[in-house]
Amino acid sequence: MKNFTGKALSWTIAGGTVELRLDRAPCNEIGSATLAELEQFVDALSGAGEDARALIISSARSEGFCAGADLRELFERSQAMVQRERLAGVRDFLERIHRVMNAIDSAPLTTIAAVHGVIFGGGFELALTCDMIIADKMARFAFPELRLGLIPGFGGIPRLKRDIGNAVVRDLLLTGRSINATKAQSVGLVSQLAAEGDALRVARATAAQINKFDSKTAAAAKRFIKPVPHDELKREIEIFCDLFTRPAVEAGLRKFVESNDALPYLP
Amino acid sequence: MSTLEKTTDEILQLAAAHFKVPRENLRADDDFFKTLGINSLQALDLLTRIEQHFHIELPDYELQGVSDFRTLAERIQSRL
Repeated sequence: MKNFTGKALSWTIAGGTVELRLDRAPCNEIGSATLAELEQFVDALSGAGEDARALIISSARSEGFCAGADLRELFERSQAMVQRERLAGVRDFLERIHRVMNAIDSAPLTTIAAVHGVIFGGGFELALTCDMIIADKMARFAFPELRLGLIPGFGGIPRLKRDIGNAVVRDLLLTGRSINATKAQSVGLVSQLAAEGDALRVARATAAQINKFDSKTAAAAKRFIKPVPHDELKREIEIFCDLFTRPAVEAGLRKFVESNDALPYLP
Repeated sequence: MSTLEKTTDEILQLAAAHFKVPRENLRADDDFFKTLGINSLQALDLLTRIEQHFHIELPDYELQGVSDFRTLAERIQSRL
């Protein structure tokens, strides 16, 4: 696996640890450019073999880990298409991002999301693919999709359900509110809390510990305790596509994209 | 000092420290978005500071329409 620097992310490998670093302004919104490079990444990762035992995903952006899907790109591309093309385009994007997320989720190495700041929507979904989340104390997590008339579409609900209890799943999904890292740890989402600015350092220390173990044993343990909820993930795509063509969604996206409101990230 | 005034004062101190502005430049009735020149992501940072300081959970939907420190203090009081 060779090091890579792209337009939206980069990766390096050293000492058995792969580090994937998101770096696209303003806050790593996931659009076509990020998706294409994530696809390159999972292809490279699948060929890494014994060289890679741990993966750390983090962000180089001070604003946070990832603010979610690139809603501006989604809206602008949708406007240029008739409804049938729009739906086909969204389905294609979802199927591609699901392949990426599923590949990271089931990768035979131990995966860590080292997060800070905003971990919203698709960013939260990316973090949930990892085996553990190490969070800066100032991190905040949210699924704000319902205010756009949508559900999370990158695998968020099945993975959230896999990890934590229904009371919190429903609270996060149905209110769209954000929770801080301390709360996220208390409900079982976050494995370790780090001081401000220290999540990546803590993740590297954790990866160094992981690298001490036999990789085949670690992979077997992971397969045993972390099944990928494939059936629910497929249903999620269908529900998202059913909702996507409603006028309320276009109105919600337009409101977000055209808003001069100081609070676009608050529900 | 009333409880509400004390809470307001603590918020002003937190905001001043977090956004590195002189405490004396901030007043209870100030619009914190304008006075601090912050966006919604930075407002979430302030919310996290507040939750940590007061050991509360303050859902961000309760901040809808809230832009001054005193009203923010009232919201916090209802969660203490």
